[in-house]
Amino acid sequence: MSETRVHFYQVGSFAVGNRLLSADERTVQSDRRRTNSIDSGHRACQGCGEALGARYALDAAMQATGGQLVAVNATGCLEVFSTPFPETSWQIPWLHSLFGNAPAVATGVAAAMRVKGRDQVRVVGQAGDGGTVDIGFGTLSGMFERNDDVLFICYDNEGYMNTGVQRSAATPPAARTATTDAVGPEPGNPFGQGKDLPRIAMAHGIPYVATATVADLHDLERKVERAMSFHGARYLHVFVPCPLGWGAASSETIHLARLAKETGIFPVYEAEYGEVTGVTKIRRPAPVTEYLRLQRRYAHLFGHPGRPDVVARLQAMADANIARYGLLATEEDE
Amino acid sequence: MLQQIEGSHAIAESVARCRPEVVCAYPISPQTHIIEAIGVMVKEGALAPCEFINVESEFAAMSVSIGASAAGARAYTATASQGLLFMIEAVYNAAGLGLPIVMTLANRAIGAPINIWNDHSDAMAVRDSGWIQLFAETNQEAADLHVQAFRLAEELSVPVMVCMDGFILTHAVEGVDLLDQEQVDGFLPPYEPRQVLDPEDPVSIGAMVGPEAFEEVRYLAHLRQLDALDRIPEIAAEFAAMSGRDSGGLVRPYRLEDAETVIVAMGSVLGTIKDAVDERRDAGERLGVLGITSFRPFPLEAVRQALAGRARVIVVEKAFSLGMGGVLATDVAMAIGTTTLHTVVAGLGGRPITRTALLDMLERARSGRLDPLSFLDLDEGVIARERARMATVRRSGPFAENVLRDLGRPREDPA
Repeated sequence: MSETRVHFYQVGSFAVGNRLLSADERTVQSDRRRTNSIDSGHRACQGCGEALGARYALDAAMQATGGQLVAVNATGCLEVFSTPFPETSWQIPWLHSLFGNAPAVATGVAAAMRVKGRDQVRVVGQAGDGGTVDIGFGTLSGMFERNDDVLFICYDNEGYMNTGVQRSAATPPAARTATTDAVGPEPGNPFGQGKDLPRIAMAHGIPYVATATVADLHDLERKVERAMSFHGARYLHVFVPCPLGWGAASSETIHLARLAKETGIFPVYEAEYGEVTGVTKIRRPAPVTEYLRLQRRYAHLFGHPGRPDVVARLQAMADANIARYGLLATEEDE
Repeated sequence: MLQQIEGSHAIAESVARCRPEVVCAYPISPQTHIIEAIGVMVKEGALAPCEFINVESEFAAMSVSIGASAAGARAYTATASQGLLFMIEAVYNAAGLGLPIVMTLANRAIGAPINIWNDHSDAMAVRDSGWIQLFAETNQEAADLHVQAFRLAEELSVPVMVCMDGFILTHAVEGVDLLDQEQVDGFLPPYEPRQVLDPEDPVSIGAMVGPEAFEEVRYLAHLRQLDALDRIPEIAAEFAAMSGRDSGGLVRPYRLEDAETVIVAMGSVLGTIKDAVDERRDAGERLGVLGITSFRPFPLEAVRQALAGRARVIVVEKAFSLGMGGVLATDVAMAIGTTTLHTVVAGLGGRPITRTALLDMLERARSGRLDPLSFLDLDEGVIARERARMATVRRSGPFAENVLRDLGRPREDPA
């Protein structure tokens, strides 16, 4: 019997509609029994990528653990917008301690569950990029090297958005922030700085490291499920556009996340025990300008005279990602 | 069982009998022997179920303790000096969250200049953090206080810091009578948290509190400290009934009955002070001593009663607030009102507080030559010389090194 590959081209997004899939292939989010771990009514901005990422990831983790989940949260947007007491969005046990200690607090929770004989209860630590790559980096690295049984999720929106859009070590070159303004001969964030945390995580040799974006729900949920199948330290780096901090339309969040992946700016891949085991190929290659032009934080690169030289450097970085991870799709990938 | 044992090991044994469930370790002198000894016990399986976690910093040690305690485990750690300062954000956080962590603070000076020896600067730096701070006079009391500390912490959902003088107590080998396991089990029930992270009953802990409620939340924390003022002596009395030992409590009076002058102090120096007082009592002077065991909460009423009607109060303390003066003395002044009060800063960075120096100080007090704020055994000469250097040379260099160089120069032969 011959077989015909189905191509799910719908609205130019490559998104796969759940109605075209069998029930067991549908997303957790599409299931009316999803836990809504972070429930509606919170105070995130319209179009917030982090709120989406947290809901997708935690609902998938709840599904994977049969509801036996505790979340530890660093200080940041996610913490502030979710708990304007007496209201809380959290339908799961949730603890916020400090900005820089969420990985260590998560270690403590996991240790307590072990001594209490409740090994089935799993722990997720979560933070924005500031809480992960900057102020929480020491405790995160400690948690990694001890291989503590924690899934740590970084919702990366490339800056300190909660405090008013300042630069973090995850802010990309040339991006304007309140502390890397678009002034002077090298406007925006300098080139040659910043941390590539997924690769640093891989260097710890931990069981599982993955990157994902809020544009690919199936991929994100699958990676959370995969992460929960391991014990030990795991790291998930989720790309979450920030309309406020990036100067983008609220309606463009998913589009921007998809473009970050399609341009090669944000490589989507996974790794086990320090080795890359899979990459998500680029389906429809796009130049970085397509991504940059949608964001006011890069506005200084365009117009007249603009900075084609800087755009070229950003394109070169994306091309380097494409080469490093082999992101271009071949005929076989189709 | 009475045994000859190093202070740190006595604490480790005492903590072990409290059945800790998560113990975090990060090395810093002079507390390291405590967590080393507990680490051995955990690795041998003697404390199962107990997790011993080697963390990457004191900040992580307190943070792991926070997570463990919030998830319902009995959490313990130990630190000192710079380590306490490195974890200070989490120290405040543990208290603010109301998590009953117990921590040993092996009191040590704070740098710069770096100094590993004993004083109380570290404890004073977290005096306002919301932790209960109990000071041990002896290793016996330190061992006993840890058992009481877990009971107190867990009853009130407030973290407790047991302060013991670094090296002077932690490294001293002397007789300590440790409780057996049955005694501790009878005194310290299993931890029943007021709040716990539990998937069966999810709660949010650590939400932002705005101006509408922050004051009330903080006041509630203050009230729990005041509750501790009642519970500390009650727990000490129960402990005495069980063990036959008088350990803990709020204050520790010594020969106060007819004393005109009372010396107030905390920690191991009380022993030396009592010796000095005995000597001068034999010479007919009416002296007494008031040891402060509970520094936070501060027992204003007990101190007031103990010091009422005394002609003179002298506070000997191993820390001071630069630009101001005594820290403990300020609290004592709050208690006693108008009685003549002297602050004597002593024993900073491990300088021995000798009986000779104390006797000299008491003589100055008797003869009206003791200043409101003075520094015991202060080398006036080296200070005058460095002040002169600073006054005459703009680039006079780092002053700590200057003082060391000054002290190390060859002395002129007095003969």
